[in-house]
Amino acid sequence: MPSFWRNMTAQERRSARTGYLALAPWAFGFLVFYAFPIVATFYFSLTQWTLVDPPVWVGLDNYTRMFTRDPLFLSSLKATLLFVALSLPLKLVLGLMLALLLNLKIAGMNFFRTVFFIPAVISGVAVSLMWIWFLQPDTGVVNTLLSYVGVQGPYWFWDRDWALPSVAIMSIWKVGGAAIIYLAGLQNIPAHLYEAAEIDGAGKWRRFWRITLPLLTPTLFFQLIIELIDAFKIFTEAFVITKGGPLKATYFFLYYFYEEAFRNFNMGYASALALFLLAVIMGCTVFVYRTSDRWVYYEN
Amino acid sequence: MKTDRQALGIQRQLRRSARRKRLLRISGHSIVYALMIFLAIVFMLPIFWMASTSLKLPQEIFAWPPEWVPSSPQWGNYAEAFGKYPLARYMLNSAILVIANIAGGLLSVPIIAYGFARFDFPFKSALFLLMLSTMMVPGHIKLIPLFWLYQKLGLIDTYAPLILPSYFGNPFFIFLMTQFIRTIPRDLDDAARIDGAGNWGILYRIIIPLSRPALTVVVVFTFVWVWNDFLEPIIFLRDWDSYPISVGLAFFQGRYSVEWHLFMGATLVSIVPILLLYFFAQKHLIGGLASIGVKG
Repeated sequence: MPSFWRNMTAQERRSARTGYLALAPWAFGFLVFYAFPIVATFYFSLTQWTLVDPPVWVGLDNYTRMFTRDPLFLSSLKATLLFVALSLPLKLVLGLMLALLLNLKIAGMNFFRTVFFIPAVISGVAVSLMWIWFLQPDTGVVNTLLSYVGVQGPYWFWDRDWALPSVAIMSIWKVGGAAIIYLAGLQNIPAHLYEAAEIDGAGKWRRFWRITLPLLTPTLFFQLIIELIDAFKIFTEAFVITKGGPLKATYFFLYYFYEEAFRNFNMGYASALALFLLAVIMGCTVFVYRTSDRWVYYEN
Repeated sequence: MKTDRQALGIQRQLRRSARRKRLLRISGHSIVYALMIFLAIVFMLPIFWMASTSLKLPQEIFAWPPEWVPSSPQWGNYAEAFGKYPLARYMLNSAILVIANIAGGLLSVPIIAYGFARFDFPFKSALFLLMLSTMMVPGHIKLIPLFWLYQKLGLIDTYAPLILPSYFGNPFFIFLMTQFIRTIPRDLDDAARIDGAGNWGILYRIIIPLSRPALTVVVVFTFVWVWNDFLEPIIFLRDWDSYPISVGLAFFQGRYSVEWHLFMGATLVSIVPILLLYFFAQKHLIGGLASIGVKG
């Protein structure tokens, strides 16, 4: 019997036993749905395995292949990074601007909040189908409107150079989700700070830079991490709209992983890909976290 | 007399400045309103275009210049879409998955959160931290081992892979619920204990009834996530008839790529449950999340 258990009173032990009992479902779930898969993925990534035959140990072969002679690995990584770089800053900045608008106290605001939030709750598939139609090169709304002002619209998802930016633009349509979280953050800022600043003669602009933004940095930080992880996992849109094309322009990393694993059944290599994506996501998260004490403001 | 006149002057001045302020405010407001209305129209255009297309005749959908509002709305398109694609079937499948997942969340999350919030035991904070860190694990990393496991257990092409995890507590919900239970005064527990309630009696008679806002978040979020999920169903399900609506829709598109009027109708129908849910839950949701959610 471990010493910490021996040193507890009978009542403490009873409380601990109930606590562990309550946690039991989570502990089981943790072992089956988190611990086992992560450990197993490590092992599988060192094997060649098609699901039919037992895995064959190949050491680091999957990783050397990935880093030295796999053009698809590089192109899908590049596409994903480009997508993250395009969509993430826009989503963070536009989300904040939208939240500031939605935080104004004017009549009918609930209606506007609903309007901007709706795209964020629609499924990726439905959004994709809607936008295929919305961005049709010939008869779509956007190109029709552009033609009214004499601009020949691009071929959007069907153009090698425009496909990826199109997916990014479409993802920004869902900015209302980020805005709602900012809004919650904005509403947590105590009103007396603004009143005090106003008495001291601080203008709107100054109040934004000196009060709103610093006090919103915890929300910004949270949002940055969530959106970062989310952006790296872009998949559904490419699967539904472009099938990774044209010419692999939207062949994102997770799409490559999906095809390797569940189309080609190269489970070993796909496991290595999955771990690499995990490493990239964790690396970015840790980096953001490390820099956070320099720009995130905590009241205490 | 004189002071009266002075007072009157001051009053007039005050009124004038108030009017100017109001005018400024109204003009400021109208700029804001104009901006908001413009943005709202832009945001709603894809949805409007979908609705408009869903009511057109097949020969109208590729017409140029496009008709913004169809001159003779074809409501029959919806009946045709339901007849042609197994839409009702797919929505029913999604509903089954949603209900099973919600039941799992409501059964497991309060118990686990109650354990974290109300009992002391060795390694509690370490376990809580471990639980929080699993929130950050991207789902794709688990797919291959779980696929292998489910195959061994003969569960591929059943709903088990899409339902089981919810019965062991989603870490985000556990976190939310734990934070919420911590705000419920312990005096209430003690009072119930004096009245003879045991640990589980307190959970079911005190904690759960008082946790409605947190449980609403569990229900609504589960609904939205399960209804919209795509990657897991395409991996774990094979049989077309068992597809949820999101997957079903994506696969029609591959098959019937020209019937955009039917398709847009089907897409619109597929988002109706989510929209209804949003309208019903909106108030509780924003309130509930703001109180527990991100405060830094």
